[in-house]
Amino acid sequence: MASGSQKRLAKEYADCTKTPPTGMSIHLANESDLHKWHVTLEGPAGSVYAGGRFGLIITLPTDYPFKAPDVRFATRIYHPNVTNDNQGGICLGLLKSGNWKPSTRLLSVLEAIRGLLAEPQPDDPLEARIAHEYQNDRKEFEKNARSYVNHYAKGPVKFDVAPPNVNASGSSKDGAAPSR
Amino acid sequence: MDSDDDFMSAVSSEDDVLPDDSENEDMSDAEDFDFDDEPDPDLGMSKDFGVKKKVPFDINFKVFHPSDIQKQQDDLINEVNMILDISKEEAAILLRHFRWNKERLLEDSMDKQRQVFEAAGLAQTSAGPPRLETIPGFVCDICCEEGEGLQSFAIKCGHRYCVDCYRHYLSQKIRGEGEAARIQCPADGCNLIIDSRSLDLLVMPELTGRYHELLNRTYVEDKDTLKWCPAPDCQNAIECGVKKKELDKVVPTVACDCGHRFCFGCILNDHQPAPCELVKKWLKKCADDSETANWISANTKECPKCNSTIEKNGGCNHMTCRKCKHEFCWMCMGLWSEHGTSWYSCNRFEEKSGTEARDAQARSRVSLERYLHYYNRYANHEQSARLDKNIYQKTETKMVQLQKESGMSWIEVQYLNSASQALQTCRQTLMWTYAFAFYLARNNLTEIFEDNQKDLEMAVEALSGMFEKNVTELSDPKLKVEIMDKTAYCNKRRIILLEDTAANLAEGRWTFNVELTSGAAASSSHRR
Repeated sequence: MASGSQKRLAKEYADCTKTPPTGMSIHLANESDLHKWHVTLEGPAGSVYAGGRFGLIITLPTDYPFKAPDVRFATRIYHPNVTNDNQGGICLGLLKSGNWKPSTRLLSVLEAIRGLLAEPQPDDPLEARIAHEYQNDRKEFEKNARSYVNHYAKGPVKFDVAPPNVNASGSSKDGAAPSR
Repeated sequence: MDSDDDFMSAVSSEDDVLPDDSENEDMSDAEDFDFDDEPDPDLGMSKDFGVKKKVPFDINFKVFHPSDIQKQQDDLINEVNMILDISKEEAAILLRHFRWNKERLLEDSMDKQRQVFEAAGLAQTSAGPPRLETIPGFVCDICCEEGEGLQSFAIKCGHRYCVDCYRHYLSQKIRGEGEAARIQCPADGCNLIIDSRSLDLLVMPELTGRYHELLNRTYVEDKDTLKWCPAPDCQNAIECGVKKKELDKVVPTVACDCGHRFCFGCILNDHQPAPCELVKKWLKKCADDSETANWISANTKECPKCNSTIEKNGGCNHMTCRKCKHEFCWMCMGLWSEHGTSWYSCNRFEEKSGTEARDAQARSRVSLERYLHYYNRYANHEQSARLDKNIYQKTETKMVQLQKESGMSWIEVQYLNSASQALQTCRQTLMWTYAFAFYLARNNLTEIFEDNQKDLEMAVEALSGMFEKNVTELSDPKLKVEIMDKTAYCNKRRIILLEDTAANLAEGRWTFNVELTSGAAASSSHRR
């Protein structure tokens, strides 16, 4: 089964890099390991995240595609469905173990996450306070989200362990705040 | 003879079938289990529900063995299979979707079959039986393998994957997630349920076993009238018609064939006479308070006369203060001289006088003392009930010894077994009477309750004393008669107590000093 998993991963990675989804660039964290992907996602135009660049770390379990991938934000983001900490956990229905289907492609996962930035889902929140603000005080929410974008999501994207071939000049090893 | 054992097991015994019309109403939603057209006495299925109530606190229930559970499912599946003209596997999926409510299934399916099938995850098309196929040019969408002779499989939706991936997917669902009844097609967005026949075709026998076990489990868990016996390694399920909203009126204790007695409402061990909600409150309170309370109660008390702090260092409740020579009872702190021989009067909590209660500190102490009063007695019976388990083992050795030494036959020494069982059941009841009493607000009925409690407690302690005698004494025929009489008396006192509490509970005549949320009749006289 491991070989099947490798073949599937290689195919998915090839597809994703050949025609990457809108506003995304995809790389492997380590050239020899198909199980860890680094994705740079541009905030969708027209959303409060527009102009920001967000890092996503995708970890594929050895049992992939029978088990769901682990996807988290490497860049801090002010969003009802993403934990407001340096874990960057994401609440996404199709990633939950009961809902995950082995035929689901990472491409659709990435598109779903992009969709989540364009349209947050406050009814299924990870951050109840932010969800409440999103629903009841949209202005304040947008202000906070933009200030996070300005603070964290401008400049080169950094992942926990910087990929060797990406933004080599801009990478620094310290915390989340980017250098301007 | 052990009459307690009698009435608990009589409920499920066949020679007791007396139809009782008033009972059939409660059981109306259990009509799924009506197997009139296919009687099967071997499985005990022919037992009627209308088993006569021998005592008011006894409730109707049935014990189902794994084979019964399987048969019930098969019967329902066969019925739906014939009426709707669909395969048995599909009938099973539909029934699980409707949580085994056959009537609603049939009604809904007649009206709007298309929607019902779609929601349940059933295909509309009728295709042949599932089979493995080798299709030229096939590429598995999961592992991206292709090649000559790659075996593939699809359920009716036509989403085709290679056999290896299908197997891996199923074993991940069954073993990894414990899923069985609702395993969908592996295709993204397809909610068709994989039927048991396809599954049997694909996976290894050891996984099939687990799969069917999980399926059986959902049958019991889907039905409100069925619950698993919580005893370890017991595979039986109990059926009982008592509904959740009735739990403020009745304490539905059931007894599994494995011997385990538990409450159908909350699955905890038998807690008659206290209703489930009080039990929950009490256990929570004990968990919160008992550590501190235990320490305080177990280690120190103040002399009621000179207020010296006293540590109990012996087993006897008769205390004499070193300082002022005051003699008092450790349990109730009352004068020892007033106890005389009947020290059991200290099972009654005497509310402190109003003057003392006015002081806030005194009030909190009274409240703690009141709690400790009941807690100590509760904990004492709980501990004794645990010790009863040891006694039970000792009984067996004693019985063997008795047979040898006194020449009595096996049947002649069974009275010790009966006595031991009576002790266990009665202590279990006594334990919960104290939790019950803690929440009970005083009225005329509490006097009767406390008298019943006292009688039972005295009888139990007396029996307990006789029971611990050594073998030579036990072989005395006079003591044997005494033990037998006392055993019968204990059981009788327990029934009287439970009858009284159950009847008053059913009529809503108790007043509790906490609010019971589950029933309208729960009165709310507030805490003093």
